[in-house]
Amino acid sequence: MVKRHKGVSYAKWGYIFSIPFAVAFLIFTLYPLAYTALLGFTDFDNIAAFMANEFRILDNPFENFQHLLFENQLFRLSMFNTFVIWILNFIPQMTLALALAAWFTRRRNKFRGQATFKMLFYMPNIITAASLAILFSALFMHPIGPINSLLQTLGFDWVNFTDRPWASRLIIVFIQFWMWYGYTMLIMIAGVLGLNPEMYESSEIDGANGVKQFFFITLPNLKSIILFMLVTSIVGGLGMFDIPLLFNDGGPVNTTTTMAVFIARQIQGNVWRYNIASAASMIMFAMVAILSVGVFHMLRDKDAVRLRKEEKALRRSIKAEGGAK
Amino acid sequence: MAEKTAVARIVKMFIYLLLIILAAMSIFPFFIMLVNATRSTPQIQQQAVSLIPSSFLLNNMRLLSDRGAFDALLGFRNSIIIAGGTTVLSLYFSSLTAYALTAYKWRLRQGFFTFIMAVMMIPGLVGAIGYARLVWQFELTNNFLPLILPAVAAPTIVFFMRQYLIATLSIDIVNSGRVDGANEFRIFNQIVLPMMKPAVATQAIFIFVASWNTLFLPRLLLINTDMFTMPLMVGLLNADIYRTEFGAIYLALSLSILPLFVLYFALSRYIIAGVQLGGVKE
Repeated sequence: MVKRHKGVSYAKWGYIFSIPFAVAFLIFTLYPLAYTALLGFTDFDNIAAFMANEFRILDNPFENFQHLLFENQLFRLSMFNTFVIWILNFIPQMTLALALAAWFTRRRNKFRGQATFKMLFYMPNIITAASLAILFSALFMHPIGPINSLLQTLGFDWVNFTDRPWASRLIIVFIQFWMWYGYTMLIMIAGVLGLNPEMYESSEIDGANGVKQFFFITLPNLKSIILFMLVTSIVGGLGMFDIPLLFNDGGPVNTTTTMAVFIARQIQGNVWRYNIASAASMIMFAMVAILSVGVFHMLRDKDAVRLRKEEKALRRSIKAEGGAK
Repeated sequence: MAEKTAVARIVKMFIYLLLIILAAMSIFPFFIMLVNATRSTPQIQQQAVSLIPSSFLLNNMRLLSDRGAFDALLGFRNSIIIAGGTTVLSLYFSSLTAYALTAYKWRLRQGFFTFIMAVMMIPGLVGAIGYARLVWQFELTNNFLPLILPAVAAPTIVFFMRQYLIATLSIDIVNSGRVDGANEFRIFNQIVLPMMKPAVATQAIFIFVASWNTLFLPRLLLINTDMFTMPLMVGLLNADIYRTEFGAIYLALSLSILPLFVLYFALSRYIIAGVQLGGVKE
């Protein structure tokens, strides 16, 4: 934008002002990332290595990765847990968020108290996940926690939630869902409000009702935002840590141990498996990269295809016009 | 037509019902928490859900401070230092980087921006193990700096600040500063940065809250309990010494959540508007 002023070049300031970011990025992100990648190929798995910083690259550099992917039952279980918890939370979260967004952006017959509802739905998102995990473990405590006490009042038997794998998983799913649907809803509302209102106006003239508008206008036009949310949700979901760790300590019997909890467990107490923790981190990184590149690929291709189609149509119409003359 | 409106009215009533249930779901856990913070453990054991606060708040407070390492004030102080430092660094240097990306034309500009976009997708977690090891090696554990300094390079914030600058930065103002003889650094500090106030204020809330809430990295880098942040302090509540003191646990949770409640209820309008900014960046 601003290049010259009275013959002076300011370009060097672009470099100078970028230096702090670049330096901090190299030191605090890139170098640790490369170091993590390196550790994944080594035999750094004991206190001696930790104290003396002595370790070497394994004869078979991929041994840790092979071990994790093909032999380590706990890591495979943690991958399964992570995906199950993520999917079971993401689908209802997205469904509810879309429905709420459609209701809150209705053009006629509006809902009252929308601002208050939005404020309450988003609230859990900013509360410390660690506190929420412990709050829910207190709420679901047996036999005297508030939820069990409510169950008893309603005439049911109490349930030992934290002793049952699927009950524990589903409670974590619920906490994640409860924390994030408000956020997703706000993003979707912004997306709907950003759409061209003429589409809705003309469909109203054609007699379309709210349900039809939702399926034929809102949903197709929000596709790119939905895919974007999918990516951010994958990145966040695969790194899920605080809630499974503090709700039930990854239990019962590791059935809520996620990948991040697995990684943290490799280097705590008197366990020093930096190599396994690093290799697992890299596997997680690869998963995030593959999934997000896949989604972005889907996005980009569609736009490019549409552009090409439009160009073709334009050319055809120009040709037709030329032919008519 | 009358039939149609009757159906619409019933549907609307059901939606209202759902909205009220969801709202209650947002309030209920916190309500139970706050009420039980004032009740004694025997009271909670007898009846876990109560709508009426009791009189054991001070008693629970005493239990909490006598029992063990959980120290809400200390956690509060440590979290304020880390989240505050992170917020200031992140805002200043992200704005500076965004300014470099919008105000000047330099050869690597587009490449640098593409790079920032690409690294935005890297989850912070993946380099954490190597980072923790390096921090150990340089004997910087139990130090707040390794948790604050990385904030200088915050790709997401740079992205937001750049969007804002593209929409608002006027070259004429920058040039008039130059005519007055101000150097580029002063122009940024005294003219551009004050102009960015709305964006800075919105991002400040999100950076602060995000930093306040993190557990993974502080858990690896802070060893002594007197250096613990709020989420780490909360993690201590799972220890056996607290297991049986329900009133004290609810009180500790309330204390850990209270600062965020205050922040949220004071600024919720701006926070919600800020979140929705994220939805239009497409």
